Amino acid sequence: MLQISNLSFSYGKSSGELFNNFSLDLQPGNVYGLLGKNGAGKSTLIYLMTGLLTPKDGVVTLNGDNVRQRLPKTLNDLFLVPEEFDFPNISLSQFVKLNSPFYPRFSVEDMNRYLDIFEMERDARLHSLSMGQKKKVYMSFALAANTQVLIMDEPTNGLDIPSKSQFRKIVAQAMSDDKMMLFSTHQVRDIEQIIDHVVIIDHSRVLLNANLADVSSRLAFRPMRPGDQPLLTQSSPMGTLAVVPAAPGEETQPDLEMLFNATLLQPDVVNTLFAQ
Amino acid sequence: MNFNDNKAIYLQIADRIGDDVLNGHLQTDGKIPSVREMAAEIEVNANTVARTYEYLQQSGVIYTKRGLGYFVSADARDIIVRMRRQQLMQGEMDYFFGQLRAVGITPDDLRDSYQQFLTK
Repeated sequence: MLQISNLSFSYGKSSGELFNNFSLDLQPGNVYGLLGKNGAGKSTLIYLMTGLLTPKDGVVTLNGDNVRQRLPKTLNDLFLVPEEFDFPNISLSQFVKLNSPFYPRFSVEDMNRYLDIFEMERDARLHSLSMGQKKKVYMSFALAANTQVLIMDEPTNGLDIPSKSQFRKIVAQAMSDDKMMLFSTHQVRDIEQIIDHVVIIDHSRVLLNANLADVSSRLAFRPMRPGDQPLLTQSSPMGTLAVVPAAPGEETQPDLEMLFNATLLQPDVVNTLFAQ
Repeated sequence: MNFNDNKAIYLQIADRIGDDVLNGHLQTDGKIPSVREMAAEIEVNANTVARTYEYLQQSGVIYTKRGLGYFVSADARDIIVRMRRQQLMQGEMDYFFGQLRAVGITPDDLRDSYQQFLTK
């Protein structure tokens, strides 16, 4: 669906290459979590994926069309919720009237349902909202646009505690087999249960691109046992927790923080485990 | 819903449905929520719930009617009891017995306190 092929990019000659021959294929029916350290290039990658930046080399395509051409049929089916944004000084209904025609499958009913779950008014004045409220309104609009591709940069930043749970509920409702969603985040606990695929990037490389069911069958996340050869250990009140190669039939729930740290610490070991 | 347990989430969801069958909330031929409804209710990915249903269907706990959804099988209760017994005897008992041995509780002590428990 969304295909990144041999991408290279840098912000000018003096700064080094952020991406070099980077490839990634994103498929419908999945909710991806994009993880990387600060400065790993997550936001840049998102801008490249949505045609907002021009790659030095390589191409990003949506259903075969170069996203950088920004064709109407591409933009119809692509929505980005950046980490920070501003609304014009109008009401939500005016905003919907102006912007929804760009999205053929936009549904007012869907939007109202999501606003209700977020406990937001259905027609607020956008400038009177707090940052977190703006985010909830914009995310409701974005999900109701029903685009094939929906990308959100740090979606849970600025959301209060109940809103994070509401966000998960809404995403689980809005997802369908013909859509692809991607959330870039540092707040892995917030999205751990709603993603089914994890992409970890570092130094312009994809260190891991795996289904979470696959992660469960290859790596175990549990208290350390004698004889273990862990990829990573971590102290906790329950004792030492470890990431170890999973025994046949062993299926634990992946802990995304530990998976991330283990992958950055031992990229080659992880790579070998997942290549089998 | 809390996911403190280390078990894969799709199995935790299966346990939860199993609980509902055992405590009578779900009856034979009763409809269980659709994948999407369940996913939204417990805030997990729909593919995870789909995996749970596939697992329960393969185990014989639920069956599908094309276009209508998933329903509880007639022998769901027996299957769940059998699966749980197996799980207890194979996994959890090992840990429990280890704890008993570590603090010196004998089989006789255990029999007495279990019998006492059963009369509660």
